[in-house]
Amino acid sequence: MDEPSVDIRDLVKYHGATPAVDHCSLTVRKGEFFSLLGPSGSGKTSTLRLVAGFEQPDHGEIVIEGRSMNGVPPNRRPVNLVFQNYALFPHLTVFGNIAFGLEMRGVSKVEIASRVQAALEMVKLADRRDRLPAELSGGEQQRVALVRALVNRPAVVLLDEPLGALDQQLRLDMQVELKAIQVDVGLTFLYVTHHQEEALTMSDRVAVMHRGRILQVGSPQEIYESPASLFVAQFIGLSNSVPGRVIEVHGTQCTLRAPDLPDLHAPRSANVREGSRATLVLRPERLHLAQERRLNGFENAIPARIEKAVYNGSEMQYWARLPDQEQWKVRVPNGGVDQKRFQAGDAVCLQWSVMDGVTLAE
Amino acid sequence: MIRRGGWLFGLSVANLVFLYVPIAILIVFSFNASRLSAGWTGFTLQWYRELIMDQALLASVQNSVIVALVSTLIATVLGVAAAVGMERLSIRAQRWVEAGVILPLVVPEIMLGVALMLFFVTIKWPLSLMTVTIGHAAFNLPVVMVIVRARLRRLDPRLEEAASDLGATRWQAFRRVTLPLLTPAVIGGVLMAFTISLDDFIVTFFTGGPGSTTLPLKVYSMIKAGVSPVVNAVSAVLLVLSMALIGLSMAVQRKRDY
Amino acid sequence: MLYFTRPSPSAPRPAPFPWPLAPAVIWMLVFFFIPLLLVLAISFASRGIYGGVRWAFTLSNYALIVDPLYLRIYLRSFLLAVATTGLCLVLGFPWAYFIARCPVRWQGVWLLLVIIPFWTNFLVRTYAWMFILRTEGLMNTILMQIGLIESPIEILYTNAAILIGLVYGYLPFMVLPLYAALARLDLSLIEAAQDLYAGGWSVLQRVILPLTRPGIVAGCLLVFIPSVGAFITPDLLGGARTMMVGNLIQHEYLVIRDWPLGSAISFALMALVLAGTLAYIRSGGTLQGLEERR
Repeated sequence: MDEPSVDIRDLVKYHGATPAVDHCSLTVRKGEFFSLLGPSGSGKTSTLRLVAGFEQPDHGEIVIEGRSMNGVPPNRRPVNLVFQNYALFPHLTVFGNIAFGLEMRGVSKVEIASRVQAALEMVKLADRRDRLPAELSGGEQQRVALVRALVNRPAVVLLDEPLGALDQQLRLDMQVELKAIQVDVGLTFLYVTHHQEEALTMSDRVAVMHRGRILQVGSPQEIYESPASLFVAQFIGLSNSVPGRVIEVHGTQCTLRAPDLPDLHAPRSANVREGSRATLVLRPERLHLAQERRLNGFENAIPARIEKAVYNGSEMQYWARLPDQEQWKVRVPNGGVDQKRFQAGDAVCLQWSVMDGVTLAE
Repeated sequence: MIRRGGWLFGLSVANLVFLYVPIAILIVFSFNASRLSAGWTGFTLQWYRELIMDQALLASVQNSVIVALVSTLIATVLGVAAAVGMERLSIRAQRWVEAGVILPLVVPEIMLGVALMLFFVTIKWPLSLMTVTIGHAAFNLPVVMVIVRARLRRLDPRLEEAASDLGATRWQAFRRVTLPLLTPAVIGGVLMAFTISLDDFIVTFFTGGPGSTTLPLKVYSMIKAGVSPVVNAVSAVLLVLSMALIGLSMAVQRKRDY
Repeated sequence: MLYFTRPSPSAPRPAPFPWPLAPAVIWMLVFFFIPLLLVLAISFASRGIYGGVRWAFTLSNYALIVDPLYLRIYLRSFLLAVATTGLCLVLGFPWAYFIARCPVRWQGVWLLLVIIPFWTNFLVRTYAWMFILRTEGLMNTILMQIGLIESPIEILYTNAAILIGLVYGYLPFMVLPLYAALARLDLSLIEAAQDLYAGGWSVLQRVILPLTRPGIVAGCLLVFIPSVGAFITPDLLGGARTMMVGNLIQHEYLVIRDWPLGSAISFALMALVLAGTLAYIRSGGTLQGLEERR
């Protein structure tokens, strides 16, 4: 499992004068589901195209299974790409599309037939074998594109936002199915997406990219619970943030002072020392609402006024105005009809415990 | 809205009448018994009989077909290769080639005719069926190239990427993916070039010599000799042939258009 | 760590030499561009004693082409071409609009009906009008039989006959690019204009015409170019008194055998056409728009 599959070393790629990929390094382990997550223009697709070999790096190298890929054309690389728009060959049947890669590698006709058949059965498309891509639904096309890559058993399967064109419900189903297939076939997946929930749901590890750089690599839990930067915290999920100054450090905790707010207690992270500037990040679902200040286990409490309350079924969403005029988001899971619900204009107290916050040094 | 649609529809039908009635009249009167009168005097196949007895006319048909076939072949091979080869040029160079391709399409045909005539006479190449064929290939090449290139530009570049990602070499990707997808355009170009060549009068008129009379040239000299029901009969045959070619081209393109 | 002092330009894989392009380029150079240059060269040469060319530089051919006798022919060609373009636009625009607003299934049928004449032999289609318009032709026969006229109308071999023939020949060239432009026009834009209180005329003037301008210009160019250089139509439907530039060029080359003068006239014609094309490209039209007629 810890054996490297793809090793990206100090990769640089310019598009014009601006770097699309700016000194990126990362290692994808064998059998891993690894996601490159970032907003559009963050360099994730460029990185994927460099791995696929459609473009050559300006600096650095890509090593796949111990072999440097510099100068190796796409047709000689042990990788297969699932295209964002699927790029299914419109003149070939489903069978023809899936068999294409095997034919190019000179696999015998008998073996091609059995491998394609097995692949089709895996994604439940055996009855679509002789259809043209235009005769398939979006979800079916998506699965054909997927097995067209998988059937070659490449060292790495590259996926470029493959669920982007599907509607929401199909997208959720496919997330589960894709992950199951990946576990089943045991291949390494390198997955590109701008959709943070998708990345967290499916991945073993995630690299968050921004402006051509890799900001953080870690498991979905690490990325969500311990963001290494404000960008990561704000890009992954919702968050409230308080910039301030560290006035006291004691053990694993520190105390943060921000204008117009009571002193806040937060976990101490590396680089945090007395007098340094830091930002406290809080997830909306970690905050607790109470009518009055009651410190039952919570170290922090701030008075606030509810400005907007939205009921969406599974939870209550509140927007609360703080003494420093900032607006915070709060999410409270639906606890049944007896649960106390607040309305716009209510005075409340926001409470949370030390370990629910994340302190980011600047 | 319905009233507005009404006059639009009326005008459209009037346009159709304008375009088709002369053709219809021509065909009807190819069966008219009278040689001179424009009045209907009875049905006859006499003029068609005269037509198939006319050796010079049949020879001109043969010339037309030879010229159309050879010039279409040259134009297709060179035009398809050029359309594909253009993809390898820089955008700047592509614009230059495009301008060079557009020029033959917008220059008045008579200009091309006299230019080729002067050229062949200057290099002392006797005007013949061969010079006619060369001339036809010169105006057909851009036609094929434009049609194929239009299709090529609509193709998703990711399809070739997908092919190379799946292990195909450049040539395999072209042979297995690009070329099959271009086929409808190539066939369309072939039929278009063939038809234009069959119909051409002006370039043939200037670049032809003794013994290179094509069908349009023959028809022209017949018309010049005076209105006659035999010309009506030739026209009717030509019209039916053109329709058949269009029908063929439509059928092929529809069937293979992805 | 090695940092670049300057962003290195993205280096694409060096493209292989475009050899597939070479045969076509050579063919077009030899059999199109060199002949055109030859016409240009000969237009500055002198006429040989028995026709042909004497390679002595002169500008006299260009001085000759402004002879009043010729000027009348140019003017006639230009006016007939303008009239043809105008008539085609007036007939073609509502037609193209009608087709573009038809149910898609019918659009194909209508387009086919527009295209069929365009694919049929031009000589034949011109001959049809000879057959109809001549003195003892169908039109006069019918009109006299129903008693509308006493004696036949002499319409063949006049400018009117040429105009009818040109409009008949080139109407499809106008309709196809107009259709392409109108079909792309988003219907909701027209509805938005109507919703904002625009009447039929305002919608046409303020929304439809500006948005379909490239198609209109392309159509006009596609009609104007072959009209101004027409040969067959004036040759068959016009007479000796109604020559157009195309006939003049043919006359100079093949009858008078004054090649240098013929070349000068040809080049003047081509310059006019190229100027029109350039104006089209300047006005924002693309080469693609011109190609759409195919």
